[in-house]
Amino acid sequence: MKWFAQMYSRFAARSRIKSPWLLHFDCGSCNGCDIELLACLTPVYDVERFGIINVGNPMHADILIVTGTVNPRNAKVLQNLYDQMPEPRIVVAVGSCGLSGGIFRDAYNVLGGVDRVIPVDVYVPGCPAKPEAIIDGVVRALEKKKARVPTESGGAKA
Amino acid sequence: MKAQSLFVNMDQLLGEAAKLQVEGYRYVALTAVEIDGQTVELIYHFDLNLGMRHLRLSVQKGTRVPSITPVYLAAFLAENEIQDLFGVVFSGLAVDFKGTLYTENEMRGRVPFCRYTVVGSEKGEAAGQGDNSREDSSGEAS
Amino acid sequence: MKSTVIPIGPQHPVLPEPVHLKLTVVDEVITDVVPSLGFVHRGLEMLVDSRDYHQVVQIVERVCGICSMMHAMCYCQGIEEMMGIEAPPRAKYLRVIWSELHRMHSHLLWLGLFADSFGFESLFMQFWRIREKVLDIHEATTGNRVIVSVNKIGGVGKDLDDDQIEWILSELKNIKREVRRLGPTLLDDYTVKKRTVGRGVLTSQQAIDLGTVGPTLRASGVARDMRQLGYAALGELDFEPVIEEAGDSWARCKVRFKEVLASIDMIRQAAGKIPAGDIAVRVKGAPPEGEAISRVEQPRGEVFYYIKSKGQKKLERLRIRTPTFANLPALLSILPGLYLSDVPVVVLSIDPCISCTER
Repeated sequence: MKWFAQMYSRFAARSRIKSPWLLHFDCGSCNGCDIELLACLTPVYDVERFGIINVGNPMHADILIVTGTVNPRNAKVLQNLYDQMPEPRIVVAVGSCGLSGGIFRDAYNVLGGVDRVIPVDVYVPGCPAKPEAIIDGVVRALEKKKARVPTESGGAKA
Repeated sequence: MKAQSLFVNMDQLLGEAAKLQVEGYRYVALTAVEIDGQTVELIYHFDLNLGMRHLRLSVQKGTRVPSITPVYLAAFLAENEIQDLFGVVFSGLAVDFKGTLYTENEMRGRVPFCRYTVVGSEKGEAAGQGDNSREDSSGEAS
Repeated sequence: MKSTVIPIGPQHPVLPEPVHLKLTVVDEVITDVVPSLGFVHRGLEMLVDSRDYHQVVQIVERVCGICSMMHAMCYCQGIEEMMGIEAPPRAKYLRVIWSELHRMHSHLLWLGLFADSFGFESLFMQFWRIREKVLDIHEATTGNRVIVSVNKIGGVGKDLDDDQIEWILSELKNIKREVRRLGPTLLDDYTVKKRTVGRGVLTSQQAIDLGTVGPTLRASGVARDMRQLGYAALGELDFEPVIEEAGDSWARCKVRFKEVLASIDMIRQAAGKIPAGDIAVRVKGAPPEGEAISRVEQPRGEVFYYIKSKGQKKLERLRIRTPTFANLPALLSILPGLYLSDVPVVVLSIDPCISCTER
């Protein structure tokens, strides 16, 4: 049965990198980045042809995409969503305000960028970030994920 | 804008609002402006056939203001917002979020939109001089 | 009968933005709705304390990314009124062209999301495909796809040359043809009607009493459109508000669909009449002491700006009342009595924009 376990873990490792499922959470964004993210899924950019799907359930998701600034109320929701995601999870922060607070950083109800609450792996700048930039960010996130996926856990190759 | 404004006091507010409603005015918005350390001005905006009317009410900080939600239900969101951001307390609100519409517990006791003084609301919350107060004056802060 | 409380949000596949609705349900019928907001609240109005009145243009553009151009236009018109400046005629026409393009992209976006809310995925994709063409026009003429940032106090910052206007008109021709082709799929479809006709009815009296604005008000048979004020160059163009009588979700959908075509018509008119000349005037000094009110018709309805100045570079108070803020009370009063499965459709039918609402 050892060969089967090995084959299975190799198969799982490979399929985790292909066809990533996204979870999108809008923290305190102005909607600019949100609609650009949705535009990635629609016919002109159409990332669905690579098996990238936007899901609503954090337990199904591989990549968490966060747009917008963090405030005390949505920080709890964001932490909650992050905790529910299965390992290995990757976080992509999209837009200037997701990176640092952007133009809103002086506002009284803004804590700052997404990395104040959860660790961020890939930062996508832009106000709003273009769909091309978001897709590039997701591709880079996959490279990071590849490094983190436990491969060949069953031992050396037969 | 001053020309279409009517200055009212707290007793007249509901009556004037009801008059406008009978005339067919649509509620547009409610604005709060901090005038100085003691007063907040509430401006109620109404619209009929693209013409606007405004009711202006000066409120001493720390006093209760009658809500106009019995006449214009739509005002409940704006009144809750002002309760959160200016610390003005409305009595008789149709839906009362009790100061939790926008701000979380961490922000409780701070009145973010007041620059001059921060006066605690009647809900017994710890109110103090927020870091956003510009001028040192003695409010009713506990 | 026992009642159940069903929370929806803040993270939910149907909601593009975080808002929390606590629905009390008896059997399948909703009896009570309590919303909980504040997930997107930033406190933008207070940023006038740290920026001068020119820099606030960039802030109000980011109240909402979808109608950013109209927020900036409304703010600039308010300041211009206070300072007694008049934007040059060409700038006014350019404002009309870009604002109507914005309305088109917002309505096409909404039509897609609405189709998605009852599971009509392919129609969603079709509308968004057409929308990309509008965004291409934005990008080619201003350099950005969504937040076009063309407004400044005293006029606009970008000009269109004749070739660009020609190209925009030819693109609009294609867009019009494609939108028309989708019309029967959306408006004559049996399933779409089954899901939307008679759901979330708002009578015209209710709509006025609850202070609704925009397509939500016009779908209830009230011809109220802030474009009737004739701001920018709209006073010189033929314009007729689109109205529907039924007041249900289907009527709201129909109003928005017709408004896309009406916007194309407006741009056509504006492009035909646009005069030559300057696109901005020089603005010096600070707004004088006083107050101003500015109103503009956004895709979602009337936006209301109250500006107060004390004669300094920094404004004393900026109050923004956005259309969704006015439409939410109506939404809360039409939800009780509906089935749970109608919630996504009816919630989307007012075109909620939470980041506008909470600012």
